[in-house]
Amino acid sequence: MTIENPIGTRQFLLALAWLLLCGLAYAKEAPPLAADEAVEKRLVSISEEMRCLVCQNESLASSQADLAHDLRREIRGLIKEGKSDQEVMDFMVNRYGDFVRYRPPMKASTYLLWFGPFVLLAGAIAALIVYLRQRRGRVAEAAGSTLSADERRQAEALLTQHESENTQ
Amino acid sequence: MKRFLIPLGLFVVLVGFLAWGLKPGYDPHEIPSPLVNKPAPQFELSQLAAPDKNFSPLEMRGKVWLLNVWASWCVSCRQEHPVLVALSKTATVPIYGLNYKDTRADAQKWLDRLGNPYVISLFDGDGRVGIDYGVYGVPETYVIDKSGIIRYKQIGPVTPEVLSKKILPLVKELQKS
Repeated sequence: MTIENPIGTRQFLLALAWLLLCGLAYAKEAPPLAADEAVEKRLVSISEEMRCLVCQNESLASSQADLAHDLRREIRGLIKEGKSDQEVMDFMVNRYGDFVRYRPPMKASTYLLWFGPFVLLAGAIAALIVYLRQRRGRVAEAAGSTLSADERRQAEALLTQHESENTQ
Repeated sequence: MKRFLIPLGLFVVLVGFLAWGLKPGYDPHEIPSPLVNKPAPQFELSQLAAPDKNFSPLEMRGKVWLLNVWASWCVSCRQEHPVLVALSKTATVPIYGLNYKDTRADAQKWLDRLGNPYVISLFDGDGRVGIDYGVYGVPETYVIDKSGIIRYKQIGPVTPEVLSKKILPLVKELQKS
């Protein structure tokens, strides 16, 4: 079944292309963000590593909060003063604490954060090994023992019952 | 029966974490300030009421004082304002204002209408001093001791409870030393 098409696919595509070309003709080239492109690049690369204090799940690079604007202005100033990335990071950490960093530093208060997952993993592996050992023991025990006459009869009864159900 | 113990245990742990997250007074937006127990950053700002006069925290050496960051556009500042006005009338501790990212006209109008609890308000129009103090949400209040060290930072409005349980006892203790 075909859908009736009053204009036809070819005409439609031509119209679409024409509309898109019109858009291109109207669009202007985006103006440069700032006079100094190198500074902006560094600003973005530094501020992507930082958390915005106001909207805490956004990076400082992408946040539109007022404070983020101000902080980017400060960082821009520091970059122009010739400060290194580390110095800019220190400037922020001195004021807002480790919270601004997306990569928390390794220190006594963050050991749990850094090693906690590995401790959990090791615990889980240990538990798994203990469980498997115990199970292997149980399997060996079961394999070593033979069925009593009573148990054999019970098993056969179950098997034949199962077979007769299948043939029905 | 034993097989239910593990899921039950996990559930109890989960409930414990959830209860911790719902603890009254717990605000995940509150970021501990690295400036507590460090010297208050120095600055030189013009006064709100007298643009030709400057003020620096150095003038406060030997006194325990509060630095309250406020703005006329800040809603929570209105909430805490009566608390500060009442505190200023008791004359227990001088309150200095840091008028953050405001205009002088708006700020002055706000004080004229709601009362002025501040000995002096400093005008931080571009928020630079605010950044040095790690301000990320107004209102914020710092308790600064006689040697110019920040001893406490209140993030968010000063409530009567915070004042009587945390700020005033600390101020009394600091004034003694």
